[in-house]
Amino acid sequence: MRGADELRRAAEFVVVPALALAISAAIFSAILLAMGQSPAAFFQLLWRGAFGTAFSWQNTLQRAAPLILTALCVALPARAGLMIIGGEGAFVMGGLAAATAALPLLGWAPAPLVLLLMAIAGTAAGALWIGLVGVLRHRRGVNETIASLLLAYIAVAVLSFLVEGPLRDPASPNKPSTHPIGAETMLGPIPGTSVHWGLVAGLIACLAAHVLISRTTTGFAIRIAGGNPHAALGQGLPVGRLLVLCCLLAGAAAGLAGFFDVATVHGAANVSLVAGYGFTGILVSFLARHNALAIPPVAILFGGLSAAGGLIQRRLGLPDATVALLEGVIFVTLLTSETLYGRFAIFQPRGARQRP
Amino acid sequence: MPKRKNDSQGEEPARAAVSGQRGVTNMTAAGISRRSLVLGATTGAAALASAGWPGTAGAADKLVVGVIYVGTRGDFGWNQSHATAVEALKTVPGVSVVEEENVPETLAVANTMKSMIELDGAKLIFGTSFGYFNPFMVDIARQYPDVQLRHPTTLWSADKHPANLGGYFAYMDQAHYVNGVAAGLSSKTGKIGYVAAKPISLVLRTINSFMLGVRKGNPGATVKLIFTGDWSLPVREAEAANALASAGCDVVACHVDSPKVIVETLERRGVKSCGHNTSQAALAPKGFITGAETKYETIYKGFAELLARGEPLPNVAIGGYDKDMVTSTPFGAGASEEARRAATEAIAALRAGQPMFAGPIRDNKGNVIVAPGSALGNYAPELETANYLVEGIEGSVT
Repeated sequence: MRGADELRRAAEFVVVPALALAISAAIFSAILLAMGQSPAAFFQLLWRGAFGTAFSWQNTLQRAAPLILTALCVALPARAGLMIIGGEGAFVMGGLAAATAALPLLGWAPAPLVLLLMAIAGTAAGALWIGLVGVLRHRRGVNETIASLLLAYIAVAVLSFLVEGPLRDPASPNKPSTHPIGAETMLGPIPGTSVHWGLVAGLIACLAAHVLISRTTTGFAIRIAGGNPHAALGQGLPVGRLLVLCCLLAGAAAGLAGFFDVATVHGAANVSLVAGYGFTGILVSFLARHNALAIPPVAILFGGLSAAGGLIQRRLGLPDATVALLEGVIFVTLLTSETLYGRFAIFQPRGARQRP
Repeated sequence: MPKRKNDSQGEEPARAAVSGQRGVTNMTAAGISRRSLVLGATTGAAALASAGWPGTAGAADKLVVGVIYVGTRGDFGWNQSHATAVEALKTVPGVSVVEEENVPETLAVANTMKSMIELDGAKLIFGTSFGYFNPFMVDIARQYPDVQLRHPTTLWSADKHPANLGGYFAYMDQAHYVNGVAAGLSSKTGKIGYVAAKPISLVLRTINSFMLGVRKGNPGATVKLIFTGDWSLPVREAEAANALASAGCDVVACHVDSPKVIVETLERRGVKSCGHNTSQAALAPKGFITGAETKYETIYKGFAELLARGEPLPNVAIGGYDKDMVTSTPFGAGASEEARRAATEAIAALRAGQPMFAGPIRDNKGNVIVAPGSALGNYAPELETANYLVEGIEGSVT
């Protein structure tokens, strides 16, 4: 009986988003028809560009990889009741710190050691950046949403200042960058693919975050603090410390993504790091309802949409905003669909009362 | 050269609205019913089944050329200067063009190139943003040795980069020199302004050439310089244009990705303007003097024709007026008679290869750049690494 009830509950979390996706597809088809385009052609191309070939899959996964980690930067604090939207800042600082940490080691240290220290530096920088937001929130009552957002702009300014000034490689006159870490130091792709290891790191981080939140006493305390901080304080839980912990872990995830962007893609820190991964991560986390296990599939959905965007643009002559429009429709429909939870009798546990 | 523009999104919905206009009117006339929806879907599917993939990039015998933009094609600036040339490329028989816009300088551009090669069959790719080159175009060129890739810079070097990659570059500093000649002679106060993106060599070089042009016809004039800090910051650009107007400048020139906002602001303030990248003449019917424009058409059409004939593409194709790679926007109402004559003469002189950097030239701190009696050629390598501002410019590199 209990097993069946759990299955019913789990089914709800699959059926409702699937329904929302179907509805968004219908809405978007209407928009396409209004633009004189064939929805069938559109969705065929969408499928082909996102998942239809081996190349498309790699393209999709490459795009999803950084989003998984930056989405965690939103999801973890959200479970503790904090709305952190400045993952972009931690991503940028992570990349900058990783590139900087490599500088004194290049030329003599073995590549694995350099990469390890870069990863530690990137993760630590991201953790401190969002950790600062947590401390400001805890000690000074500064609104964490605004603080993290503004810190993201500060991070970009710090990056620009350092790569155009003290850290600039003189060999980069027209695109200011730090000294490149070099092809021999850079982290290669997962063998047999062109997908980088950030994807694996993201999946592990999501699993770890899920275990932390759902399977440990600390996670339980975090959820209580997020649900009702006053009640948590009344229970003697160290709410402030839990908030800061969540922020540190969140920043670490985004900082790690920044490290991977430098170690696998750019090979140096420059303004190309500012690509909006931190901000797209917010959407991914919200669509995943801040559930660490739901983040990878949602990130892959987003990765697929942007991977197919190019093909759609080129073949149908549609503007680039078309895919952004589809993302918007999906976003609104999925968020609206949240009101459907608990409304279908079929998903209600038979052993329990009707939900209020 | 542009970097990713976060603000370019704003223009997109407008474009979408325009391209969808015909459909919208149809819709309001017929109304949308579930039936028409289903009907549309089935006809779409039928068309798909009979014609293979929708809009397949071209028949097998056509040369597929891919073009990638960092922003929108209608930005009144850098991207538009390429898009205009691509329109000319499309008229070449046997060429089929696939284009993608708003592609950031991340792995996304590598994937776009791969997608163009693997799914569209592209044989020649122009990646038009600075940050596309390293590492993305270099990697793709190594991965696909039978595909030609070209980048609008002089970054390619034979000893470091694959042979199927290369650069083409329009020496815009020559066109800015002409801007300077026309600006200096169109200014009454001798106070001229300049809004620039970043203090990098490429930009410093065009500002210096502009200044030399100004002093050519108006030896006492000065140029007040403001850097906005990035390639596309419309709000800062408007602020800078306003500040220069308020400081008494009666002519303002610029080097940013899209001077749209600058030229419009100056027109409202009654200040004359010079353009950059593509024609902004329509934005300032009263005060537009002339503008520095790239002419990539020469490269794009030329390369497509070479490939069609089975001939190899040059790895390096650079030039200014002499190679028909830059041009000046036709004079606007802001250009004085004297300015028109002197600018036309300057273009003829540059076409003949006369050097702009003829000594004596000092920087604005008094250091000698070019000694009296000597000159730097218009393509001298020393100019590529400029990190100074010449005498007459009120501003600083740092």
